[in-house]
Amino acid sequence: MQREPLAIRSIQMISGIVLIVWLVLPLIPLAIWSFARGWRFPALLPQAWSLTAWDYTLSDTAGVLDSLWLTIWIAVCATVLSILIGVPAGRALGLYKFRGKGLVELIILAPVIVPGIAVALGIHSVFIGMGLTNTVTGVVLVHLIPTLPYMTLVMAGIFANYDPAFEQQARSLGASPLRTFWHVTLPAIMPGIIVGGLFAFLVSWSQYVLTLLIGGGRVVTLPLLLFNFVSSGRNDITGAIAMIYILPGILILILTAKQLSGRSGAVGGFGRV
Amino acid sequence: MSDRTRIVLLLLPALLVIGTLFFGGLIIGVMRSFNYMPVIGLTKPNLDAYRAVFADPEFYWSFLLTFHIAFTSTVISAVIAIAAALLLRRTFFGRGLINFLFQLNLTVPHLVGAIGILYLFSQSGTFARLAAELNLITKPADFPAMVFDPYAIGIILQYIWKEVPFIGVIVLANMQSIGQDYEAVGRSLGASRWQAFRYVLLPLIFPGVLSASVMVFAFTFGAYEIPAVLGANYPATLPVLAYRSYTDVDLAARPEAMAMAVVIAILSAIMIAIYIRATRRGIRG
Repeated sequence: MQREPLAIRSIQMISGIVLIVWLVLPLIPLAIWSFARGWRFPALLPQAWSLTAWDYTLSDTAGVLDSLWLTIWIAVCATVLSILIGVPAGRALGLYKFRGKGLVELIILAPVIVPGIAVALGIHSVFIGMGLTNTVTGVVLVHLIPTLPYMTLVMAGIFANYDPAFEQQARSLGASPLRTFWHVTLPAIMPGIIVGGLFAFLVSWSQYVLTLLIGGGRVVTLPLLLFNFVSSGRNDITGAIAMIYILPGILILILTAKQLSGRSGAVGGFGRV
Repeated sequence: MSDRTRIVLLLLPALLVIGTLFFGGLIIGVMRSFNYMPVIGLTKPNLDAYRAVFADPEFYWSFLLTFHIAFTSTVISAVIAIAAALLLRRTFFGRGLINFLFQLNLTVPHLVGAIGILYLFSQSGTFARLAAELNLITKPADFPAMVFDPYAIGIILQYIWKEVPFIGVIVLANMQSIGQDYEAVGRSLGASRWQAFRYVLLPLIFPGVLSASVMVFAFTFGAYEIPAVLGANYPATLPVLAYRSYTDVDLAARPEAMAMAVVIAILSAIMIAIYIRATRRGIRG
């Protein structure tokens, strides 16, 4: 390819720098606030630094850690359920052609397009009658609405490139259905389960309004706590909780860096994060 | 077991969960919006809730605001994302870093981004402090309102921050699978740099841009927490308005909240359809 003129190269370079700065910019004040003690207008940097916010956030009495474990627990439950339900559905959509397939796909994808709040109010009405409002179980169930379509989509993509003939060969050699699944199917679809599962975890991890409505403010996950602190103007504690809150995403990114780049279908799920 | 039974069994759990939770929630919402709830003795459906919603001027302002936010955010994000993807497919010094930041950004929850934007752009935020340092302003109130403002600048900035990487990653994957051969052919036949982009590359990447933009539009139209953190009190966006009337102390407002939820669902479906048709036509012309 021919070398570009200097003007174009400098424009590229400047826009590259602007883009990099813009992408990290909103996270910087959060990080600084978490170590600030008093940071009044118009000071560009905090007058004094301290670990007060972190001490508070990581103490047993503040409830942030309880919130952290609860958020992890809910996300793990929603992920496991999504895997158990989404893998079979993905297999049906990826392996078979059948009448009404378009409709089934539409039904499973509908929650991705229709805003959560539009259905959450109705679900809340139903859950009141079932005693599921203000409970962790109710919150896990409602998190399935955004996580399940995504898990199913990823698994449908995996099964589209999967050859079921291997299973038949294992069966004809005398393996039981369970053994066949364990030794043939599972290893083949494992990458999809891991990537889809990690992203389902992140989607549940990021839910705010579904948890707020169905949990009724009693199921206090990290985002609810974060919202409370930002509303009450405790910027230092907000900063510290925000840093903890983005950590799993960064870890998952490092774990899945390879799978992410080339596979736009897998990335699609982040739209809900 | 026949294939048919097998398919039904495989799909059953997923359809059951989405059917009861999602469509169940939707249907109950619609029923309650019509004041129809036989379980609690409401057996005569009526349009009272819709009348109340459509009689309130705040609803129309709220709709205009929500549409403005979703439309502006989607268009600006898509344009910047295409430019960023064009930049990222070349080799230059910051490419690896931007690629990493794009993906990092995808994992950051919207709420965190919204708080970051709040601390950057509020009247006592980082940029206001910079302006004070440069003697452009003397007190916070001199700084232009970019959060809690009627034009929703802060909300739109947050969406651009989050959605440029989202659309960008999809477009980039698209561009990489297309390769540069088609453009090279165009250029060798005398097309300018711009013509090669406009008439060769853009039509090729357009389906990807479109599907990503539709997801962004739907999300920005229905999101709650971002306008709740960065938005003005009046008018609030439709989702904030719906949540507010649902949690109103006056339980009579609940059917109105349901009516608003139904309107949000219908409006987002209609606008996604229009958006797709309009942009498809636009690209042909």
